[in-house]
Amino acid sequence: MSVETPTRPAAAPLPTYDATDLVGARLSAPRRYKNRVATACVWASVILALAPLALVIVLVVKNGLDAMGVEFFTGNIPSTRSAATGMGPAIVGTLIVTAAATVMAVPLGVLAAIYLSEYGRDGKVAATVRFLAGVMTGVPSIVMGLFVYTIWVLNFGQSAFAGALALACLMLPVVIRSGEEMLRLVPDDLRNASLALGTRKSRMIRTVVVPSALPGLTSGSLLAVARAAGETAPLLFTIGAIQTFNPNLFAGTNTVLPIQIYNGALSPFEGAHTRAWGAALALIAIVLVFTFAARLVTARLSTDRHR
Amino acid sequence: MTVPAALHVPPTEAPPTALATEGLGVYYGDWLAVDDITLQVPRHHITAFIGPSGCGKSTLLRCFNRMNDLIAGARVVGRVTYGDVDLYDDRIDPVQVRRRIGMVFQRPNPFPKSVYDNVAYGLRVHAMTEDLDDRVEDALRRAALWDDVKGALKKSALALSGGQQQRLCIARTIAVEPDIVLMDEPCSALDPIATGRIEDLMQELRRDYTILIVTHNMQQAARASDYAAFLTTEVDGDGDRRRGKLVEFAATNELFTHPQDPRTENYITGRFG
Ligand SMILES: Nc1ncnc2c1ncn2[C@@H]1O[C@H](COP(=O)(O)OP(=O)(O)O)[C@@H](O)[C@H]1O
Ligand SMILES: [Mg+2]
Repeated sequence: MSVETPTRPAAAPLPTYDATDLVGARLSAPRRYKNRVATACVWASVILALAPLALVIVLVVKNGLDAMGVEFFTGNIPSTRSAATGMGPAIVGTLIVTAAATVMAVPLGVLAAIYLSEYGRDGKVAATVRFLAGVMTGVPSIVMGLFVYTIWVLNFGQSAFAGALALACLMLPVVIRSGEEMLRLVPDDLRNASLALGTRKSRMIRTVVVPSALPGLTSGSLLAVARAAGETAPLLFTIGAIQTFNPNLFAGTNTVLPIQIYNGALSPFEGAHTRAWGAALALIAIVLVFTFAARLVTARLSTDRHR
Repeated sequence: MTVPAALHVPPTEAPPTALATEGLGVYYGDWLAVDDITLQVPRHHITAFIGPSGCGKSTLLRCFNRMNDLIAGARVVGRVTYGDVDLYDDRIDPVQVRRRIGMVFQRPNPFPKSVYDNVAYGLRVHAMTEDLDDRVEDALRRAALWDDVKGALKKSALALSGGQQQRLCIARTIAVEPDIVLMDEPCSALDPIATGRIEDLMQELRRDYTILIVTHNMQQAARASDYAAFLTTEVDGDGDRRRGKLVEFAATNELFTHPQDPRTENYITGRFG
């Protein structure tokens, strides 16, 4: 490689500099060596991180497609020996349980995040709430299931709603913590701009802070929803088991895709394995559709669309 | 440095007062940052606050629209009157004060919304939504921004240049028809051409509004203001932290040509303590 000296109508001659150290290819040998090693490490990490993801998707799609068909969506879940592919009840169950959990956890969590970031700030109450949310994040999901079992199921029985309660408890701290961080990213300049126009604080939060943080709030909530949709443990003893459709949120036992994946995978029969792969594919598809839909809605609501 | 001649000849008799302070001080925690400021800001004129960085110009300006209320630990002592109203009376609602006394900030801070929605924001807050389009257009015209943005009202305000953003912020402020506009170093983030446009704009606005402007640029104060207050920082008493004081307040050309205090003279001629 060579260094090009720019030409210009030279009144005075340009000074000549020693430019050897400015040329990238002439890095000293140890630095060149370190550079190569670092680049290789980064690439290896990327591949290592992506490989499981790619494998999961390829495997699930390849095996899951065998179960797909009208019957998969409309049929009842057959007995474990059967080769029938029905998975409808679990799809409906996952949808209503996750939706109910989201409806309970996301608004509450976002409101709590607003309190922490806009009102509580550095106060004692806020510090306590923050601490408790942290503790709640660390509670294993099965313990959350047990908690709902003792306070709800023992009194009112198993139902999709009981499962949704357990999932909501799991989602809540995630929504609160990610929500607070997103709200804190909104610059104070914007808050001041609104307040200096004679806006009440509550209206300022509604019209400036929340819209500015909306994409981040959605991402955080989605992460919580996706995690909850794939939970098995807290649902085992809160929603029970069923093989037929039960669209009733509040009454009767229910079932969800993760539980069916678990059951099918443990079974020794071929048909059950196929159903489990199908259920896995359906679960991934549902989470994807959720994510995509939420992004679309956020982009619509977002206050700043560069056109 | 030569002292630039002031643009405006001050009126022969003192004009009515828009804002006045009496023994005004501001604490941050238990440190008195600004001490004992007494002055009268005349109506329908441009009053400049000059002084070195950290002397409390912004702090003082924030007393006039009660923005200091929003800073945890800030406390105002003394009196600030708007006409004959005590702004710090218990019955006064700071939110309403801010509607009458608007503020433009140092860094342009448009909302991440469209140009139109930025100007309409305050109008919607104050339910001034009849003829919304006309009001928005009028505010943009008065802020000398209409010709730049009339074809792009729905575009994001963040796509404007820094100078245009600052004029948008001015449009947003005057859209709600305030009585007084506070400007905290509105040109410090702008290039000389954008600065010139804002200064021209201030000359237009002084017919309708009382303008208080903070600047650390003395040429700007001399060019653009009718009255000027010089603040400085001084160590006083036992503490070793400096606190802001008002040194001199006078008609701008008076202050620049016949400063009464040697500290003012040193500052405006570029000689420091
Ligand atoms: N929010 C705050 N909390 C504590 N001290 C502050 C705060 N704002 C400003 N100060 C201090 O008050 C003094 C005056 O600040 P400021 O009014 O911003 O000065 P200026 O605008 O003249 O540069 C400075 O010493 C500054 O550090
Ligand atoms: Mg300042």
